[in-house]
Amino acid sequence: MTVNATPTPGAVPLATEGYKPPKATHKARVLPGFGLSLGITLTYLSLIVVLPLAALLARPWEHGLDGVWQTISDPRVLASLRLTFTTSLLAALVNLFAGLIVAWVLTRYEFPGKGLVDALVDLPFALPTAVAGVSLCSMYAANGWVGSLFAPLGLRIAYTPLGIFVALVFVGLPFIVRSVQPVLAEFDAEVEEAAATLGATPLQTTLRVIVPSLAPALLTGFSLAFARAVGEYGSVIFIAGNMPFVSEITPLLIVIKLEEFDYAGAAAIAVAMLSLAFLSLLLVNALQLLLSRRGRA
Amino acid sequence: MRARAPERPKTPAAFLLMALAAVWMALVIVLPLVNVLAEAFKQGVQPYLSAIVQPDALSAIRLTLTVAAIAVPLNAVFGIAAAWCVTRFDFAGKGLLLSVLDLPFTISPVISGMVWVLLFGAHGWFASVLEASNIKIIYALPGLVIATVLVTLPFVARELIPLMQDQGTDEEIAAVTLGASGWDVFFRVTLPNIKWALTYGVLLCTARAMGEFGAVSVVSGHIRGLTNTLPLHIEVLYNEYDSVGAFGAATLLAGLALVTLVLKTLLEWRFGDELAANRRH
Repeated sequence: MTVNATPTPGAVPLATEGYKPPKATHKARVLPGFGLSLGITLTYLSLIVVLPLAALLARPWEHGLDGVWQTISDPRVLASLRLTFTTSLLAALVNLFAGLIVAWVLTRYEFPGKGLVDALVDLPFALPTAVAGVSLCSMYAANGWVGSLFAPLGLRIAYTPLGIFVALVFVGLPFIVRSVQPVLAEFDAEVEEAAATLGATPLQTTLRVIVPSLAPALLTGFSLAFARAVGEYGSVIFIAGNMPFVSEITPLLIVIKLEEFDYAGAAAIAVAMLSLAFLSLLLVNALQLLLSRRGRA
Repeated sequence: MRARAPERPKTPAAFLLMALAAVWMALVIVLPLVNVLAEAFKQGVQPYLSAIVQPDALSAIRLTLTVAAIAVPLNAVFGIAAAWCVTRFDFAGKGLLLSVLDLPFTISPVISGMVWVLLFGAHGWFASVLEASNIKIIYALPGLVIATVLVTLPFVARELIPLMQDQGTDEEIAAVTLGASGWDVFFRVTLPNIKWALTYGVLLCTARAMGEFGAVSVVSGHIRGLTNTLPLHIEVLYNEYDSVGAFGAATLLAGLALVTLVLKTLLEWRFGDELAANRRH
């Protein structure tokens, strides 16, 4: 699998470089415990991950291909997919800029309270989604702290797609910051100095030299935030209003189908959502590959 | 190569960027947190206190702790076993195994819950077997536990694998050569080397296990006093317009999140090197 999407901050690919473990042949296997540890790992993964996902992939076909098509082409399902993917995309885009600025400030400047701000970036990872959900909902409702500022302008945020966007922005911020921060921190100062020596203004250096070299990290953060947003449930359903065709996200539709005991329908929607997310991530990965090729040339 | 050290902001552009970041962080991150407290104490301290000690809240707390107490040790043992076989040995299909291990992070929590309904629900694959033997999994504690186990599965393994990869096997091989048994090697050499990374992984795993909403919401059935974990308790009360009750319970989970952040930051400051693989990249 090439899709690299985990919500861990600063996630590193598990593929290994440097140390090479010995081949598990009889001769080279000095350390004990290969059979036991592999046995536990395989059994556990099969029971907890593989078997349940097999059930998910097998379930939609109960009523044949037609049944699947009918479920997925239902206008209500299509509307929810459109809503889920567009709000996720917009939220990830906004976080691309906001996250870059926050990461920049945290790595480039020294200021009092920096440690606190740095730690707070992880709050959306640590705060349970239900807590974020009810809090955002009450903040952006017409009588809430933020919502009451916009209500006189006739702009409603809670219970509209805008509310979903707001919740997804909250959820996605740390992904971008944590992807960009380490790369920015290790950016070679000599490159910047060279640009300055050659007459570049600070703005030119930033936009033409630094930001392009951050592009792969930005893309990684973007795809992590996007993937998380597509599946997000807890922080969204309170503020969404959940009106069919207007503000109903796909994960909620899955829950509704399950409550109606339409397992095949729920599984079909879930598989469709997963496939679309998977395709978008492949696209981002391809873009990343292109960027890194161009960087090397 | 030399990285640039952070400096005090001097230029107008620097102050502008700092102001932007400050406003964004305050609006997006801090305000929702403060709002939880404000809503919980809206009617004073007394209603808040009675909200968090009502029987349903207490049983939700108990259930949340029970679920975490089962799910976290399971995933910790799995994480150690997975890290041991992945970083100490080479075998065919390792890449595939690592991809499968990462899957729970990629899929929606709702899907992590629904797969158990597809297996054990009223129309699930094993429905008849469960009915015949009178075992309840969905809408009961076992369902909450397995949904939580699936969602939090990668946390410990993800912390340990890069670290153990970096540390290599020299010390362990030396111990074996000197005649130590397998368990001796693990408890006296490996465990001391990985203890802070293990703590870090268990911390993140616990926080997520207690706060998980989407996956448990699908398998819980929302039976008050029986299958409502703390996050689900918040949902039920909020939908009943019991704002103080919902936000009262929310302060407990927000407190948990803050404690997690503090401990996490402390671990990163104090034992950064021993979590090296995680922080350096």
